[in-house]
Amino acid sequence: MTSILVRAAAMLGGGREDLRIRDGEIASRGSLTPERGETVIDADGLVALPGLVDLHTHLREPGFEASETVLTGTRAAAAGGFTAVHAMANTSPVADTAGVVEQVARLGDEHGYATVRPIGAVTVGLAGERLAEIGAMARSRAAVRVFSDDGLCVADPLLMRRALEYVATFGGVIAQHAQEPRLTEGAQMNEGALSGELGLAGWPAVAEEAIIARDVLLAEHVGARLHICHVSTAGSVDIVRWAKARGISVTAEVTPHHLLLTEELARGYDARFKVNPPLRRDEDVHALRAALADGTIDIVATDHAPHPSEAKECAWAEAAFGMVGLESALSVVQHTMIESGMLDWADIARVLSEAPASIGRLDGYDAPLAIGAPAHVTLVDPTAARTWSTSDLRGRSSNTPFAGRVLPGRVMATIHAGALTVSDGEVVDAAELGTKEGD
Amino acid sequence: MKHLLSTRDLDRDTAVRILDIAEEMSRTADRAVRKLPTLRGKTVVNLFFEDSTRTRLSFESAAKRLSADVITFSAKGSSVSKGESLKDTAQTLEAMGADAIVVRHGVSGAAELLAHAGWIDATIVNAGDGTHEHPTQALLDAYTIRSRRFGDDARGRDLAGLRIVIVGDILHSRVARSNVWLLTALGAHVHLVAPRTLLPSGISTWPVTVHESLDDALDTGPDAVMMLRIQSERMHDAYFPSEREYAREWGLTAERATRLGPDTMVMHPGPMNRGLEISSVAADSPASTVLDQVSNGVFVRMAVLYLLVAGESQEES
Amino acid sequence: MVARPVLHGPDITRALRRIAHEVLESRRGEGRLVFLGIPTRGVALAARLQSIVDEIEPGTSSHGALDITLYRDDLARTPTRTPAPTRIPTEGIDDAIVVLVDDVLYSGRTIRAALDALADHGRPRAVRLAVLVDRGHRELPIRADFVGKNLPSSTSERVSVHLDEFDGVDEVVIEP
Repeated sequence: MTSILVRAAAMLGGGREDLRIRDGEIASRGSLTPERGETVIDADGLVALPGLVDLHTHLREPGFEASETVLTGTRAAAAGGFTAVHAMANTSPVADTAGVVEQVARLGDEHGYATVRPIGAVTVGLAGERLAEIGAMARSRAAVRVFSDDGLCVADPLLMRRALEYVATFGGVIAQHAQEPRLTEGAQMNEGALSGELGLAGWPAVAEEAIIARDVLLAEHVGARLHICHVSTAGSVDIVRWAKARGISVTAEVTPHHLLLTEELARGYDARFKVNPPLRRDEDVHALRAALADGTIDIVATDHAPHPSEAKECAWAEAAFGMVGLESALSVVQHTMIESGMLDWADIARVLSEAPASIGRLDGYDAPLAIGAPAHVTLVDPTAARTWSTSDLRGRSSNTPFAGRVLPGRVMATIHAGALTVSDGEVVDAAELGTKEGD
Repeated sequence: MKHLLSTRDLDRDTAVRILDIAEEMSRTADRAVRKLPTLRGKTVVNLFFEDSTRTRLSFESAAKRLSADVITFSAKGSSVSKGESLKDTAQTLEAMGADAIVVRHGVSGAAELLAHAGWIDATIVNAGDGTHEHPTQALLDAYTIRSRRFGDDARGRDLAGLRIVIVGDILHSRVARSNVWLLTALGAHVHLVAPRTLLPSGISTWPVTVHESLDDALDTGPDAVMMLRIQSERMHDAYFPSEREYAREWGLTAERATRLGPDTMVMHPGPMNRGLEISSVAADSPASTVLDQVSNGVFVRMAVLYLLVAGESQEES
Repeated sequence: MVARPVLHGPDITRALRRIAHEVLESRRGEGRLVFLGIPTRGVALAARLQSIVDEIEPGTSSHGALDITLYRDDLARTPTRTPAPTRIPTEGIDDAIVVLVDDVLYSGRTIRAALDALADHGRPRAVRLAVLVDRGHRELPIRADFVGKNLPSSTSERVSVHLDEFDGVDEVVIEP
């Protein structure tokens, strides 16, 4: 394998260093001299981050290839600086058996743009009735550690309790989509004065908070690990903060869009802003930022949810929930958290790489950019800025809510397992990547 | 004014102007020839995704009295129910030469989307979108109140100081929303009465007085009491316990009707559930404006179509 | 650039008085007279004419207003206007002699619209046209039966009729 020399990158917590990457590992650091035949990346002015890890991605394959595939989704991931993604289970067929999760993981390996870690369904067919074959998925070649019915809530308290207990036996985690179903029947947007005015059925904050409250207590009771997907309200933050103070083993994620956008965007009934959980109030956005800054919320996860244009070019209540987010995530986090002075780049590495890898029990991210560690590296130009548009997307769908906004930062290079997946700011061709054959 | 999507877009002067134009339109009703040549050569499409015979007929009649060509497109049993999108339907209708599209849709925001998604250029008139708004209904209600109160002296007037009580399922009512904004813009005081379950969240930010007892609201001496249709399926969603309890607590019973002041109008957008939200005694009393509302609907819709379709889009200076 | 008065208050009064007499002569004793003014200023002129006629032959005439906004042929080319009230006397216009009254006769398009509007209200025995000022430049085959003053003007000029009821003064001015 060829080696890559990254020259003069700004290292987290230190000065500028060169990095040599060889055989998929960080081979050396310091002041290095280029060797013959080596690929040299001029990283002067770029920040070196560990490869980003997304704990919440919808790759849509199998079943919804019109929206996204493992290939297109991991290309989008690479463009956004991600080297690993966790693929949600709500595919068709649902990822509720060893067969489906192994297939998804293998597709990721074949394409080589990012490590694809399948998330297993908690219940068969996401139906919320009986547990899926969690053990088989854990023992499969995909070694699933995160289980979620995301898109739907594990609403039955007894099933939730059993799932928490069951996955604890092998160090797994349940990632809960916290949404009390009866309180959100037909819900379209955040419940409040605006939903009342627009005549859209409300999705009340209490429907999220009630489930989180119940589940942290269940996690405490059974001594298991719980992860809360896409926390969206100030009240949820309070409950998670309380649970952590009590010593409950709970982690939480926030999406980039919930760090930036508010329900006001629903006013024009533009379905690009329709998402679940819904965009909330300004107060919630600020509580979420503060929680991410103080560690109450552990990570940022994209909830990248591609949809074909026809699912968005329709009346609000008939449109699909969800937004794409892989390509824009780092820029939105830089905009909301770094530009506001609430986090620095080392914190970004924590919330977008080290912590999500740890929650997902993904190896290779615990000693970022250390010599001998797997070479997952993202080089970002923090001074770049661009007016975001659908032409900045690399996945199959274009449902970004950020079009027209000026966002800072740009991923100039992504290195996944020692291979360049993004070079000069562009995703490399599959041929150039020299993809591995599947077995 | 290019579109009519929400009564929130209407200020006092524009609203009074629409009512004044409707007043002139109403005079054509007693003439030898009721038709006006005003929209000759224009095409008005009624695009109805929801059954609503009375609103559809009212718009059809309004457009025809202005000599527009009228195409009515009921989405039921059409290509729309076979999966054609709102976008495709709208573009098809515009390709047929629609100058204005009157749209009724079961989903909030559908009219707004047609107006602003950039799919088509036609003028959009919202004929009711989900649980959002029904602006022409509010205009005909305001017109009915104004002409009952002021008679031949109505032209140029607003509803300053009048007290209007709206009763019932505010949460799901597009009629209530449009009326709240419009009647308030016209200077009236709007009072809402409903069980807490049927009030929208954030009601405290609305420019209204909320009562939790119908009798308290009636004691304020309203100029008009507007009863909203209650749909019995709401009962199954636990918004209220039973029809009997609803009628007793929130209905305009015969007993309540007798306590109304001599000049208090009884209004209902129709169709009525007699015996549920309104008793027959109230519905058929001289105070009832129910039939006036129907005939006034045509005049108000003529005014709206004239204003939106006849001229250039910019306003008279 | 200053407005040039061409008729003063007394001239207007005299002109209306003359027109009233001409109308009565032309009627030759048959039929009731309905003076319908075209808004805005025609309505006031119609009222004045009728009151003069009523002094001479009490109880044989009435007056009202006929708005033509909804009958205009230039609706699509101009900003939308609010129609002014139409007031037809309660006896109606069937078999009456209707005198349409306007302040200025110019292209004739307003009168064309007024004739259309009138037909939708009934069938008069005859329709006559009275105007305070005829400034020429007709675009349609229409002429006035009774004219206060013929006022040859350039199309670049603007002829304005001011009436006491609206403007606090009676005068006709030409503005360049």
